[in-house]
Amino acid sequence: MTDGTKRRTVFRHRAWVRLAHWLNAAAFGALVVSGIAILLALPRLFWGETGANDAPAALVLPLPVNLEQTGWGRNLHFLAAWILVLNGGLYLLASLAGGHLRRDLLPDRDQLAPGHLAREIADHARLRAPKGREALRYNALQKIAYLAVILGLFPLMVLTGLTMSPGVTAAFPELFTLFGGRQSARTLHFVFACLLVLFLLVHVGQVFVGGAVNLTRSMITGRFTVPPDAPVSREPTDA
Amino acid sequence: MRDLSRRRLLTGSGAVLGAGLLGGCDAPALSHLATPYDWSNGLTFAVQRWLLARQPLVREFDRSRISAVFPTINTTDPDDPVYRRSRDVAFADWKLPVTGLVERPGTFSLADLRTMPARTQVTLHSCEQGWSAIGEWTGVPLAHLLAHVGLKPQARFIVIRSVDGWWDSYDLFDALHPQTVLAYGMNGGDLPVKHGAPVRLRVERQLGYKSLKYIAAIEAAERVDGYGKGRGSMVAELGFPWYAGI
Repeated sequence: MTDGTKRRTVFRHRAWVRLAHWLNAAAFGALVVSGIAILLALPRLFWGETGANDAPAALVLPLPVNLEQTGWGRNLHFLAAWILVLNGGLYLLASLAGGHLRRDLLPDRDQLAPGHLAREIADHARLRAPKGREALRYNALQKIAYLAVILGLFPLMVLTGLTMSPGVTAAFPELFTLFGGRQSARTLHFVFACLLVLFLLVHVGQVFVGGAVNLTRSMITGRFTVPPDAPVSREPTDA
Repeated sequence: MRDLSRRRLLTGSGAVLGAGLLGGCDAPALSHLATPYDWSNGLTFAVQRWLLARQPLVREFDRSRISAVFPTINTTDPDDPVYRRSRDVAFADWKLPVTGLVERPGTFSLADLRTMPARTQVTLHSCEQGWSAIGEWTGVPLAHLLAHVGLKPQARFIVIRSVDGWWDSYDLFDALHPQTVLAYGMNGGDLPVKHGAPVRLRVERQLGYKSLKYIAAIEAAERVDGYGKGRGSMVAELGFPWYAGI
């Protein structure tokens, strides 16, 4: 066996992607915390336009009621929401224009072959992280999850949030039609938030599966050490 | 008859546009940018004013949509001897002073307001606590009352005080909106005490806390930085933004 000391290190994430990632992470963290603070004023979910404590609820969440947290909660929520929207908007524009979306996030043709997908699912089930060349691109399940979050859940979070705004809906009453009413939008806002938190848990879990130090460093400095194929190949390294 | 003339209405709409597009920087949402929250709330205000520049109306519902449950929070029966006495005589002695930068300051009784042109609207009330309910409101548009007393050209804000000590201010963009109403009726009857009798404000494009209950006084002003702590409203001093469009 060859020595494992000469590992190949590549430059994996560009600076603007890393900056956007961490800005988004900070904003999302603040949104979750402040969102819970706001939710505690009425930890009940409704469907349709209206809903209140004494009105029939679709779901009563097992959370304590606290009416005193909405002041700072709302201020922090909307500050973080502006950061998330502006950062996310710039990220999307740059990703579309610069090819990041097409090159790095859209699944490659070979990744969508049934055999490849089946192997990925089996690897995920066994918590086996990609090695060698395969570690240099996102796997197909990962790409699909990222696209669902970037193009699906985050835009839906923003739109359901705006449907709760009496000012925005005065300009765009179609939002009510889209989500079935103000309380429906509030309920969906909560459901999508739960899905995003679920994504975050899996995302962080996968970082540990794939090598927490290496992957975290790659999102901070951009440098990523490629996990060698086992048994280690004799390919020349260019670290 | 000092009533709305076409000319006064036109001047009114001109003032609305001016207040919304040119004069926004005097608004408490933009005049006090000390913290990151002030900046993000100010950005929300500026963007919503831009989105609402054509002054759309909010949705109005059919009466059949009126909510069976309409919560009441904060003051639900003012603990004020003068108010209680007035309540016991069905607010027959209630008076609403309209003062400040107006040509013809005056005091209006409930009967005076009822003789003015009325507007009835069934709208969705959204509370910052998360609940929402649909109610029907009947009252005189604030724009009509202000035209009646004649706003002076330098008037930019309307400061409204409540029996229970709450106060808030509104720029003309919201004060002159057709759905901004001084409501004395709810769901077909008199406005109940717990909902702010005899008269409450309806500001339909903002959260419920801008729709003051138990209206006691109206004043037109050029600036609002001299009121309270200069933040434009009582709740702004408690951390709730002056502009509540989200």
